[in-house]
Amino acid sequence: MRLSAFFYVLKQGVKNIFRHKLFSLASVATMITCIFLFGTIYAMVTNVNHMVMTAEESVGITVFFNEGLSEKEIQKIGEEIQAIDAVSEIHFVSAQEAWEDYKSRYFAENENLSEGFEEDNPLANSANYQVMLSDVSQQAKVTEQIGNIIGVRRVNSSQDLANTLTGVNSLLMYMSIAVIGLLLVVSVFLISNTISMGVAVRSEEIAIMKLMGAKNSFVRAPFLIEGMLLGAVGAIVPLAVLYLLYGKVIAIVLHRYSILSNLLQFLPVNQVFRSLAPLSLIMGIFVGFAGSFISIRRHLKV
Amino acid sequence: MIQLENVCKEYSAGMPAVRNINLHIKEGEFVFIVGNSGVGKTTLFRLLLKEIEPTSGKIVIAGQELSKIKRRKLPDFRKNIGVVFQDFRLLKEYNVYENIAFAQRVVQTPTRTIKREVPRALSMVGLADKYKSFPDQLSGGEQQRVAIARALINKPQILIADEPTGNLDPQNSWDIMQLLEEVNANNGTTIIVVTHNREIVDRMKKRVIHMDHGEIINDVDEGGYFHEA
Repeated sequence: MRLSAFFYVLKQGVKNIFRHKLFSLASVATMITCIFLFGTIYAMVTNVNHMVMTAEESVGITVFFNEGLSEKEIQKIGEEIQAIDAVSEIHFVSAQEAWEDYKSRYFAENENLSEGFEEDNPLANSANYQVMLSDVSQQAKVTEQIGNIIGVRRVNSSQDLANTLTGVNSLLMYMSIAVIGLLLVVSVFLISNTISMGVAVRSEEIAIMKLMGAKNSFVRAPFLIEGMLLGAVGAIVPLAVLYLLYGKVIAIVLHRYSILSNLLQFLPVNQVFRSLAPLSLIMGIFVGFAGSFISIRRHLKV
Repeated sequence: MIQLENVCKEYSAGMPAVRNINLHIKEGEFVFIVGNSGVGKTTLFRLLLKEIEPTSGKIVIAGQELSKIKRRKLPDFRKNIGVVFQDFRLLKEYNVYENIAFAQRVVQTPTRTIKREVPRALSMVGLADKYKSFPDQLSGGEQQRVAIARALINKPQILIADEPTGNLDPQNSWDIMQLLEEVNANNGTTIIVVTHNREIVDRMKKRVIHMDHGEIINDVDEGGYFHEA
């Protein structure tokens, strides 16, 4: 395509938006609704996902050793645990640290009660490794693997919590895939329908162009540009609204459910938008493009 | 220039819209295709533009056999044929200048050339001072002149007009025919006018091809509407 033709096509694409205001408005409104819903669900899913991940990170396995192991042997056990794939982090807690931790939790206001134990640490055998997993669903397997390491006396884990979190996580994933997929299909359908009406109004213009010897690509280009621009506007508007609403909604939720504030770990708005903004823009532009492409196809057979 | 051999077109089986059309139109000829409504004139018009395909037979235009032109080569073929319609088919949102320029835009003519040639085409059809007007501000005759300028701007070898005077009064009809005759004489453009306007046909004294029931029943040089062979 010549440069002058390219600019002409670009100009026509923009002009068409204003020339057929009503159809442009209908397309943009449909797009705004779809992207707004998509953005809302996306923000919810990423936040819930983040909360589950945070919860998962706090689920650990505690590994106790046989009595009388040397420092070197304990270190070797640590290395073996570290070598397991699903293990993300491992932290050694000495018997002294375990006692300090216990004391601070149970004798917090009556430290004198614990004085009697100073010389004889009741948790002398409770030096352990705190093991964190990168994937909580692997907990049972990892527990078994660690249990088989020579020198390990006991492995403590909370299988129920791990199972619940894994369940919540996969349920969330399937639900969000289903909802977003459905939304995408509905958007393409709605938008191509709206664009179809706009194209039908201009079928005469298209027929004239074709009879004058216009190539299909030349006829199609302004419509595609129009569709992509409408898609972009239809994405930017709900993104801006979501950006402004995000902080406010979180403040309301946190205020209303302040009792759950430990569990409700929301992501900062910028972190959500780092992926939501490009995703929505691409989705808007793609849906606009696909909608126009589908709508104009049958008018090109002149 | 235009050759049709045993051309038939059936929209539904056993109901031919045109049948056994054998026709030869030479380069630079001015031809009327006449007949009442529903005799197959418009089908012939659409066949020549390759808007529809014949059920059987062969159409050759400017050395190209139409059935062998691939879809993506169709724009190149159509560039060579100017088309004028009864209802003008101007774009209402475009002014006169833009309507004519549109024909050049769609075949990707450089802007410089468009700026040079559109005023020239407007002068030719006598509308140089109306270039800013919109179609609904023009009379029927003026609109048809714009349509003719648009059809001719890409310098086609052939101009096909489907009932170009159908919506015009006698004076405007005659003026449009004069214009087409000028184009034919000055540019050597082959002109085919599909019409049922007797007065014009009789007055112009050109070749007349008479159609009835989908067939050519008469083909006479310098004929009239009711000329009998």
